[in-house]
Amino acid sequence: MDDAVSVRDLVVDRGRQRVLQGISCAVPRGTVTGLLGPSGSGKTTLMRAIVGVQTVGSGTVTVLGRPAGAAELRRRVGYLTQAPSVYADLTVRENARYFAVLHGRGRAEADRAVADVGLARAADQLVGTLSGGQRSRASLACALVGDPELVILDEPTVGQDPVLRADLWDRFHAMAAAGTTLLVSSHVMDEAARCDRLLLIRDGRLIADDTPDAVRATTGVDDLEEAFLRLIRASEQEADK
Amino acid sequence: MNFRILAATTGRILRQLRHDRRTVAMLVVVPTVLLTLVYFMYVDQPTVPGRPSVFDRVALIMLGFFPFIIMFLVTSIAMLRERTTGTLERLLTTPLGKIDLLFGYGIAFGLAGVLQSTLASLVAYQVFGLDTAGSQWLVVMIAGLNAVLAVALGLLCSAFARTEFQAVQFLPVVALPQLLLCGLFVPRGEMAGWLQAISDVLPLSYAVEALQEVGAHADSTGTMWRDVAIVAGATVAALVLAAATLRRRSG
Ligand SMILES: Nc1ncnc2c1ncn2[C@@H]1O[C@H](COP(=O)(O)OP(=O)(O)OP(=O)(O)O)[C@@H](O)[C@H]1O
Ligand SMILES: [Mg+2]
Repeated sequence: MDDAVSVRDLVVDRGRQRVLQGISCAVPRGTVTGLLGPSGSGKTTLMRAIVGVQTVGSGTVTVLGRPAGAAELRRRVGYLTQAPSVYADLTVRENARYFAVLHGRGRAEADRAVADVGLARAADQLVGTLSGGQRSRASLACALVGDPELVILDEPTVGQDPVLRADLWDRFHAMAAAGTTLLVSSHVMDEAARCDRLLLIRDGRLIADDTPDAVRATTGVDDLEEAFLRLIRASEQEADK
Repeated sequence: MNFRILAATTGRILRQLRHDRRTVAMLVVVPTVLLTLVYFMYVDQPTVPGRPSVFDRVALIMLGFFPFIIMFLVTSIAMLRERTTGTLERLLTTPLGKIDLLFGYGIAFGLAGVLQSTLASLVAYQVFGLDTAGSQWLVVMIAGLNAVLAVALGLLCSAFARTEFQAVQFLPVVALPQLLLCGLFVPRGEMAGWLQAISDVLPLSYAVEALQEVGAHADSTGTMWRDVAIVAGATVAALVLAAATLRRRSG
């Protein structure tokens, strides 16, 4: 069992809409897997299903050998929501310390998590007064503070400058090298190139599940952005038929 | 239930409150200001010899009612904010138990409510000369319990609200019928049977009866303790029901 996450025929309806139409995919342990796709394609919904907060229609989601949402997994999985979800009326440090306790960690871990996302100097600032990018890093610190085995990050680098983005990606790879599994959604193609594996979804269907090199090879283009456009167009033509 | 997590959650909620100075000031001042209004409303009303003055009768019940509405409103908004800002969804992906969260709110806002009731009753007794046969501290205890009940009901009701607009409207729905039927305006014994039946299932009726017992008797009575037990039971029931309506999974 070397997949941290395996998804079988997952169907999810939200409102009146079928958002995931039978997705099957896997996230291998100890890798950084990228989840890409157009806006509204179902990335957040798939991540919610893996974390176990999404009601699913049918199919199975297995996480670290257990059904998604199992109580025991809550200690082992970290989740960064797309919109920063931290308490605006607490300081960065107070937020990190609270989430640290929830994960059975202490103050030292909390302070390190804050420093690791580059917020050491803003640690005593109220989250409500942070800039947008700082706020999402505060939220990231709270997702990583428990040092979980599996980390689900919904667009962690949005609103960050290039230097910070590079730092964060170095950090993700260091975590993977230490055995952590990461599933990271993104809109930015140069980030796709940094992933060990890529999952590309469009309209709730998986259209690619491969390494970046294999995606380049099958599409015959070097640029991943161009490769994705081709894959998406090809899947659209197939859908029209 | 996990004691460390419960303590951290209570501390977190109190810390949020501490950062919001204006809310703290309002929590402390508003019941006292309202009591002042009540005092001047009734100060010139004639008293029937041998009966408690109208102010004594009304203020005693208001000491229980003001913390009730204030804490109900504060709690429903705070819990709704957890929902709309996504922190609730995130908390539910962590080892935090639903009971840890709800009891955390119950304890934190309950403490705030007890503080509020203590101050308000201090002013009522010392400044406005409120007179009750029983002890002031029994009044504070019942008012504080009322605040905790309001927190529990606020947590429960916030589960049925999607927006702040909806949450605020639960105040008239939940609080006002309890005030109208609690026996302040018309003694419960003189109401139509069906009104009495409604009054009998509303927890505030028992809190008010308990306060009236303290008003009329020098020592705590069996009826008072029974009423206190009923209010405490309703509080726990509301918290457990709120936990049951809190779903980790949503659409
Ligand atoms: N609460 C909801 N109720 C009904 N439909 C929803 C809800 N949330 C999302 N949807 C719909 O589900 C679909 C997939 O949404 P999802 O958030 O998973 O997309 P996404 O790939 O994460 O998009 P983005 O890149 O913009 O974040 C969209 O069509 C969206 O309109
Ligand atoms: Mg999304």
